[in-house]
Amino acid sequence: MQEIESAKLIEIYTIMVRIRAFEERALSEYRKGLPGFIHSSIGQEAVPAAVCAFLRADDYVLSNHRGHGHIIGKGARFDKMMAELFAKETGYCKGKGGSMHIAAIDRNILGATGVVGDGIPIATGVALGCKMRKLDRVVASFFGDGATSTGAFHEGVGLAAIWDLPIVFVCENNQYALSTPTNTYTKLKDLSDRAKAYGIPGVTVDGNDAMAVAEVARKAIESAREGKGPTLIVGNTYRYYGHSAGDPGTTYRTKEEVEKWKKLDPIKRLRGELLQKKILTEPELEAIVTTTERELDEAVKFAADSPEPSVEEALKDIYYIAEEK
Amino acid sequence: MREITIREALQEALREEMRRDSAVFVLGEDIAQFGGAYKITQGLLDEFGPERVRNTPLVEAAIAGAALGAALVGMRPVAEIMYSDFTPIAMEQIFNQVAKIRYMTAGSVKVPLVIRTPSGGGVSAGPHHSQSLEALFAHIPGLKVVMPSTPYDAKGLLKSSIRDDNPVIFIETKRLYGLKGMVPEEEYLVPLGKAEVRREGSDITIIAIARMINRALQVAEVLEKEGISSEVIDPRTLIPLDEDTIINSVKKTSRALIVHEACRTGGFGAEIAARIADKAFSYLNAPIKRVGTLDCLIPFSPKLEDYVIPNEHDIWAAALEVMGIEFKDYPGERVVEAAAR
Repeated sequence: MQEIESAKLIEIYTIMVRIRAFEERALSEYRKGLPGFIHSSIGQEAVPAAVCAFLRADDYVLSNHRGHGHIIGKGARFDKMMAELFAKETGYCKGKGGSMHIAAIDRNILGATGVVGDGIPIATGVALGCKMRKLDRVVASFFGDGATSTGAFHEGVGLAAIWDLPIVFVCENNQYALSTPTNTYTKLKDLSDRAKAYGIPGVTVDGNDAMAVAEVARKAIESAREGKGPTLIVGNTYRYYGHSAGDPGTTYRTKEEVEKWKKLDPIKRLRGELLQKKILTEPELEAIVTTTERELDEAVKFAADSPEPSVEEALKDIYYIAEEK
Repeated sequence: MREITIREALQEALREEMRRDSAVFVLGEDIAQFGGAYKITQGLLDEFGPERVRNTPLVEAAIAGAALGAALVGMRPVAEIMYSDFTPIAMEQIFNQVAKIRYMTAGSVKVPLVIRTPSGGGVSAGPHHSQSLEALFAHIPGLKVVMPSTPYDAKGLLKSSIRDDNPVIFIETKRLYGLKGMVPEEEYLVPLGKAEVRREGSDITIIAIARMINRALQVAEVLEKEGISSEVIDPRTLIPLDEDTIINSVKKTSRALIVHEACRTGGFGAEIAARIADKAFSYLNAPIKRVGTLDCLIPFSPKLEDYVIPNEHDIWAAALEVMGIEFKDYPGERVVEAAAR
């Protein structure tokens, strides 16, 4: 294995810090009274960070309901994300999508679906379009372990496989489909075995080990870009909080289990590596956090100060009307 | 002008649009070498090759989902779902993704895709291959719904649908594939959202969809002999609906009858009736009447199938009722439809 260069590790670490800080701030703002619901990805940061670090700006990401991490990884702005959570006109979707549906087209983030698994066939289509238009772009399709039970997963991965499309299917196995443990809804010990059904490579990786994910992600993305077709990556990880902000996550998981996973925290782990390898010093690591927090302060202020959408906005964008552009 | 079938008209529309724009491609089950279950994509593989004429596995949801994904990055996919009865497998993608992504992204994306699907009964295909489901699609904001009834409209509307930057559900009627009609040699388009007055009249407005148009026109001929002048309107597109043409006609005739092949309950006729009641109630001299397939499944037996789907007898009886004329047996002929295959 080719070693991951220091600059890349710093990039991955920075993304992870940004994801966690955003999620923590989003939760604290939510508790103060934001509408709707929020699915926190705290604990799962290594997979989106390590995958997105190897995507180019012109590559595509399709996300899911627990999607803040994916799009932060792909470069979405805090202020427009936060404004969307605040249901403000300045949000990425002008307050019409919310936490579960943030798209940032200028970052080639083509949206997130609230229906588990649904983004997979769409991502396959994006990869098909890239291939047909000879765009030399790769698609990363993010979903959770629960999605691998859906017909959409089966159909979408199968279609991408037969057409050798430039796509990487990234499954964050956080051990639960909402409250249902992985080992109760599948006989498979290893979810990446599902790849065998489609004749594509499937790799399971410690999803809390950013460096391990990075190696797997780099290879899968390179392979997709070289026209060798899709790879299924399964990162085993854990969400510290419940399914959504309204679920404490305590009725189906033991305290011991949560604590066990917290000891494997992906951010602490990479931080330790960066220090040990003398890639960054303590103050440098601290500066990343400080910068991120400052950016979040500004994002929250921007969101809070932004106007709500006018009611007319509710009836816009249902159809594309040629005259409106 | 020359006379061609709806099947040929649709084939021409696909071929012309694929020649015109390299972003247009077709995908679906058995559509390449085999040419599709109803042969609408026949010959496309030879001309455009497997890159743009893509056979898929049996993955209706992924056909719709992949068409959406491709549309998001600049392609103009035309997907075929072999029977409209199979669209429920793709419904999740169509309803929750295809119809919604533009809205959810606050208008940052366009979704230029067409889903073509053969609909309706009359071919003894039984309950899983005969339904008319257009009202389901019409209920979901974000989709356009097109249902042509002539070769001219089929070609012009399919070309317009492919050029539209919104998702279009293009519903083809199986029993109309063999219908012949005049179609110009030169290029033309039929705009979405414009109804066609297929017969002018002054006593009753009959709004008939797809296969029911020819039956309504046949009944209108017979009504004429009874001294009743019928105006027959073909909406052609359900979404967007050309409400003005319908409302203006009803204001003129003061009577309205709506005929479609879909089941009556929750059928699109209910929407048309409601709009007439809303916009032209004071002009009406009689209650609005709807004729649709009886609220049952489409049976296999040709005799039973003909019984449950509206025919000339049913339209005639309903027209007499709207006109306030005492019932008598339909004295006319039945329309002879061309074979579906």
